[in-house]
Formats: sequence, C-alpha cells, structure tokens
Amino acid sequence: MTMTPDQRRISLAHRDRLLPGDRADEAGLRARLWLIRLLIVVATLLGANYLVWRYAASINWAFWPIALALLAAETYSFIDTCLFSLTMWRYRPRGEPPAPRGDETVDIFITCYNEPIELVRETVRAALAITFPHRTYVLDDGRSPEMRAMAMAEGAGYIVRTEEWSGHDYHAKAGNVNNALFQTDGEFLLILDADQVPKPAILDRTLGYFHDPRVAFVQTPQWFKNVPPGDPFGSQAPLFYGPIQQGKDGWNAAFFCGSNAILRREALMQSGVVGYARGLDRRVRRALAISGRVLRQADQRLSPTQRARFQPTIRELQQAIRDAREDLGAGQPLQEVTWRFQRRAEQAARAVVVQDLAAIRDELADLPGLDPGMALEQRLSDLLDDEFALSALARRESSPLAAIETVRALLMAVDVDRADEAIPIMPVATISVTEDMATAMQLHSLGWRSVFHHEILAEGLAPEDLRTALQQRLRWAQGTVQVMLRDNPLLKRGLAPVQRLMYFATMWSYLSGFVAVVYLVAPVLYLFFGWLPVKAYSSEFFLRLVPYLVANQLLFIVVGWGIPTWRGQQYSLALFPLWIRATTSAVANVVFKRKLGFVVTPKTRQAGASFRLIVPQLVVMAALVAAVIYGLARLALGLANDRLSITVNVAWALYDLVMLSAIIGAALYEPPASSELELLADGALTAATEHGRHGAGLR
Amino acid sequence: MQATIESQQDGHAVVRLAGRLDFLSSGEARQRFVEAVASGQRALVVDLGEVLFIDSSGLGALIGGLKAARQAGGDLRIARAGEQARSVLSLTSLDRVFRMYDTVDDALAAF
Repeated sequence: MTMTPDQRRISLAHRDRLLPGDRADEAGLRARLWLIRLLIVVATLLGANYLVWRYAASINWAFWPIALALLAAETYSFIDTCLFSLTMWRYRPRGEPPAPRGDETVDIFITCYNEPIELVRETVRAALAITFPHRTYVLDDGRSPEMRAMAMAEGAGYIVRTEEWSGHDYHAKAGNVNNALFQTDGEFLLILDADQVPKPAILDRTLGYFHDPRVAFVQTPQWFKNVPPGDPFGSQAPLFYGPIQQGKDGWNAAFFCGSNAILRREALMQSGVVGYARGLDRRVRRALAISGRVLRQADQRLSPTQRARFQPTIRELQQAIRDAREDLGAGQPLQEVTWRFQRRAEQAARAVVVQDLAAIRDELADLPGLDPGMALEQRLSDLLDDEFALSALARRESSPLAAIETVRALLMAVDVDRADEAIPIMPVATISVTEDMATAMQLHSLGWRSVFHHEILAEGLAPEDLRTALQQRLRWAQGTVQVMLRDNPLLKRGLAPVQRLMYFATMWSYLSGFVAVVYLVAPVLYLFFGWLPVKAYSSEFFLRLVPYLVANQLLFIVVGWGIPTWRGQQYSLALFPLWIRATTSAVANVVFKRKLGFVVTPKTRQAGASFRLIVPQLVVMAALVAAVIYGLARLALGLANDRLSITVNVAWALYDLVMLSAIIGAALYEPPASSELELLADGALTAATEHGRHGAGLR
Repeated sequence: MQATIESQQDGHAVVRLAGRLDFLSSGEARQRFVEAVASGQRALVVDLGEVLFIDSSGLGALIGGLKAARQAGGDLRIARAGEQARSVLSLTSLDRVFRMYDTVDDALAAF
C-alpha cells in the first residue's frame, strides 16, 4: 500500500498503537529491511559454503549411520534457513491502516463449544461494544440453554446448527462457521474464538484494507493475556504473529489463523462454490472409476437366487456407468450426466421392485381369511400402479440394490447433491483440523489477496497447564501436516511459486522432530561410543560452520528485535516427541484413515502427572547429562586423546540441555492458586482444543 | 430481488428471478427453492433472464436448491443466464456442474 506524505505523517502520530518493530519511521523501516536482506545473503552463502563442504569432504564413512543422519539433519536445517530467509526477504510492516468507508456491513461470529458461560459473556460484551456498526452472533456448537439465555440477555444473536446437520459430520469449528454463514448476510465477518476479547477499534482498524476489492481477509495477532512472566509453555507466538506473518504478507501469503480475522463473505463463498464444483467433479469421476470393481464384487457376493433377481439390473447399471464415463469425457455437465445415470439406475432397479411387490401380493392372496391382509394387498396393488411411489422405491438409497453397501455408496456418489455432507458448500475448508490454513490456501489459489495487520486487537486465554498446551500444539501440527498431505501447496494449482513456498515453509518447520532427535543423540553417541559423524573437528570445520551459525543467529536477532523469541526457539527443539507424533499420526490419518488421537493424561493437576507427559525428553536429558559427565571425567583424567572433539561435543550436549530445560520449567510450573481466569481458561481450552480450536504454529 | 413461481403440471415449476441475486437476497432465494420442492414441485427451472447481478452467495442459493430438488428426486435447471451470470459460473467451475439452457422451454423439455 502506498501512502501520501500526509497520510504518512498522520500515521506516525499513531504509531505507538502499533507493535514494536513497526514503529520506526519509513527510513528506519527501510534500513531494517536492507539489513535483513544483507544478513540473508550472507547467511545463505555461508550456509551453502558449509554444506557443500560437508557433502564433498567431511563425511566419516566409518560411522555412516550417524554421519548420514547428521548430514540429512543439517540439510533440513539449511533448507529451513532458506525458507525463513525467503519469508523475511519481503518483510512488510503495513503501518497505519486505511479508514473504513463507513457503510460496510459486518457480522461478528463468536464460536463456542461448551466454554464457561461467563467467559463467553465477556467476549460477547466486548464484541457488542465494538464501535463500528455490526451484528454480533454466538455460534454455539454446545447447544446449551444457558448459553442461549446469556446471548439473549446480552442482546446478541444466537445460532446453532440447522436440522440439515443431524446425522452428518459436524466438521467442528469450520462447520460451525459455515452453518452461520448461511443464516446471516453481512458483507464481512469477524471470527472470534470464545475467549478472544476484542477491542472496540478492531473493525475501524481493519475494514479499510478491504477497499482493495481483491482482499479476502485481514488477520490480526493472537495474543494471550493470562501468560505468566517467562511464558512457561511458550504460548505467545510473537515471532509468528509478527515478522513471519509480515514476511508472508510481503509475498501475499499471510495466513488466516482461525480467530481475530476479518473475512470478506464473497471470497469465502466463492471458495466454497469452487470447492463444491471441483470436489464434485473428483467425487463423481472417482466413483465411476472404481464402479467396475464395485459391481463385479457385488455380483460375486450374490447367492444363486439373488443372482437371478439382480443380474439384469447390475448389467444395466454397468452399461449406464460406461455411458456416464463417456459423457463426462465428452465434457457434458455433471448435472446432466448424473441425472441420466440416476434415471437409468432407477429404471433398472424398478424391475426388481415390481417383481418383489408382486411376489408379496401373491403370497398375501394365498392366505385365506386375513382381513388386514386384504387391505395390505389392495395397497400393494395401488403401489404397483403408482409411478411416483415406484420411482421413490427404486431411487438411490431405497433401491433394492442399495442393500449392497458399496453399490449404495456408488449410487449416492454419482449425483450432484453431496448427500454425504450436511450442506453442499463448505466455504471454510474442512479437509483438516486446521481449517484456517486450508481455507487461506484455497483463497490464495483463487487469486484473492490477504493482509496481516500487526496490532493487538483482541486478547485471549492461553492454556495454563501442560497437558492442554501440548494438546493444542499437537492439533496445530497435525492439521498442518494433514493439509500438506491432502492439498500440497507445492502441487496446488493457482498459487504463485513463492506462495507455495510460504505454505510449505510452515509445513516444513513441523517436520523438525525427526531432525531434533539427530541433534540430541549425536553428541551422546560420540561421548559414549566415539561415533564421530564428521572426519574431524578440524579448523576447516570450524572456519566453515561458525561464521554460518553466527550469521544465522544475527539474522534471527535482527528479525526478532524487541520480541521475546527465546522460548519459541527452545520449544521448537524441546517438543520433538510432539512434532514426531503429529507427523506420524497425520500420515496415519490421511494415508491409512486412522483417527488422529489425543494426548491422553489425567486431567487433575498432580505433581507427577506433568512429568509423565515429557518422558522422552527426560530420557534424552538423562542421557545428555550422563554423556557430559562421562566426557568431562575423561578430560579431567586425561583419558581422552581427542580433547577438542570431546570439548565440542560436551558444549553441544550442554546446548541441547539448555534448549530442553524449557520443558522442565513447564512441567514444574504451578499456576497461581485457582484464579478465576485460570478456571475459565482451563474449561475453555480443554473444550476448544478437542473441538479444533486454532491459532498459529510455533516457530 | 423478486421471485415468482409459476407451477406447471407434473411437479414442474418455473422460478423467475429478477434483480440482484447476491448475499442479501440469496437466503430468501434458497428458501423459495426449498419451499417449492417441499410443496411437490421437484422439477425446477430457474429463469435468470431478469437477474442483473449474481455473486457467489447467489450461486450458493442455486446449489442449495439443486440439492433440495435432487434429494426429492427432481432437479434444478438454469435457463437464460446472462453474460455476468455465465462468467461467475465459469469462474467458479460451476459450468462443469450446471447445463445452461438458452430458453425456459428448452430446460423444461429436457426433463
């Protein structure tokens, strides 16, 4: 966005509303961007210099398993640096936002699912107090009468799922929002999680971005007011809701993070309609593609009597399928192809229906003196003459063939009504438990633009116990990996090349768990067993590695200037079991259709309970401590001939321990004795994480 | 937006829409489709000839109507889509789903 000098002056007067890092004047911001770019160039060149040498000249083949593992880990980290560098290359603080037109219509959706009433009430009151004209709705997936009463008492609207949803997949929060979209008509919508208390200016500060008719959404940071000093669980994500989102924004790839975002209804609806059309096309084609096998299997499973009854129908169905595939191939619309197919399937099934009804009638006729039977017989005769009733009995799910489950599924799939879903259009994507990321990607792929506005305009509640914190992190990670597997940004059509990489970068960062294991285990293996992954810790090694590490860290410091990033850095290593579990469970879910699963632990807060959550980290820490003691002892006793390697590995192990120590602090953390806020946060987040509540990943 | 429903024999009906079929009127349009289907008019032809503008919410209403009609064993056909409607239908890939008929009679005849 370009600004006139006048606007710029005004904006400088307001700059204290913005977050640190964005407050500098234009010259300051430009200088910062160029410093970042300089460091990016230096860090990537030094990294390449190191890595090329590692590949070409340093692999210690004598211990090839750890040597190759470490090389793979370092390659992963270098790619991570490159992706981070690319993100920051167009770091874009937006400064003051443009003012709204004034006549925009806005619906505010507060999504809830069994959160404590008083917690939601606070959010509702704050939402009602937002200065820009709007309507406020409570979207209650818990369907509680108390919540309804609260919404009514406060003067907010109250929305629950319509009847269409019963018996269908609810799709958690995505479904909740989609349901409400069809019951409201604002031009824009602000989505708030139940605990995210908005500031009165939230709309005034964000709606102006929609002057650009291509802007689909404006995301603002998620910030938690109940995080104690030191942030034991690493709840705040200031680096993500700051420089990283600002960097992605520079590439028109800011993420939608589920809450504290304003969306344009038209963009969401368009995404839903496109999703319907494309999804339908895929669904019908796939159903037709596997139909041959389905019908063959159905045929094989028939008993001889059944075969006599069904075979002509199956034959006819097979022919109908061949014709449908041909018509689709010829580019005929799905509506027409599926219509013809359904009519033919119905006709084919009717023969069986008529046969069955006639047989029943005849049997009844053989039973003498059965009065109710006579009435039934008459009704059956009538039925045989009733065109519409016969059609209904032969159609799709009521077709006699539908007794064979796979055939029933086939008949349902070759249609345009998406009978498998409550509503045919899902504007908010439902392919993942992180519906927000999938939705943003879909919008970007359709050519919509996005904005990240770096100003805290809502304050939420973070988990106050380790179990919930881990649960929440696991969900985000699982969801991200799900999206990567189901709708890979590198392959998704419509995305610009760097947009692909911006999504991929976040997904890539969640694969770090496997790499962390290598970094944690390597020094232990050396100190105990002498497994040396590189040929030697020579001066050449240090001359190449140290400048790379220094440049990398400098880049990180400049990017994160004024932001507490240390806890985040620790957790990206310390949560390695969680990242691994997220990846493996998401793969199992997408590829093998398994359930995603939860962190299962006692809900009561006991001293020992927290430590049970971090057993893998404790084992690794014990091994590292033992390795350090063993290494130091050998140095002290003069038993080591390679003093430098031991020193390096001891330092490495100590670094690992410092990083892992965050998790000990978290396990030991005792929240201040049951504050009201804490009880609310607990209830809210336990309910919400299990329902798929979202925010950003951690970096 | 105005909507008039013209019932014909055998559960056929023509729904004539006029004005803007957008986020403000789409809920009502969808409601009309669903009601028509519920009252036994399963074969709907939606005449878009007098529709000035249609947005994605409007398309959503058509899909909602299509679903209701199909589930009752009928169908919802689109006739006389103008330039703007055709362009949004193609932008959203909905032209892969709907057959667009040039006249209401063509659409009725195709049932």
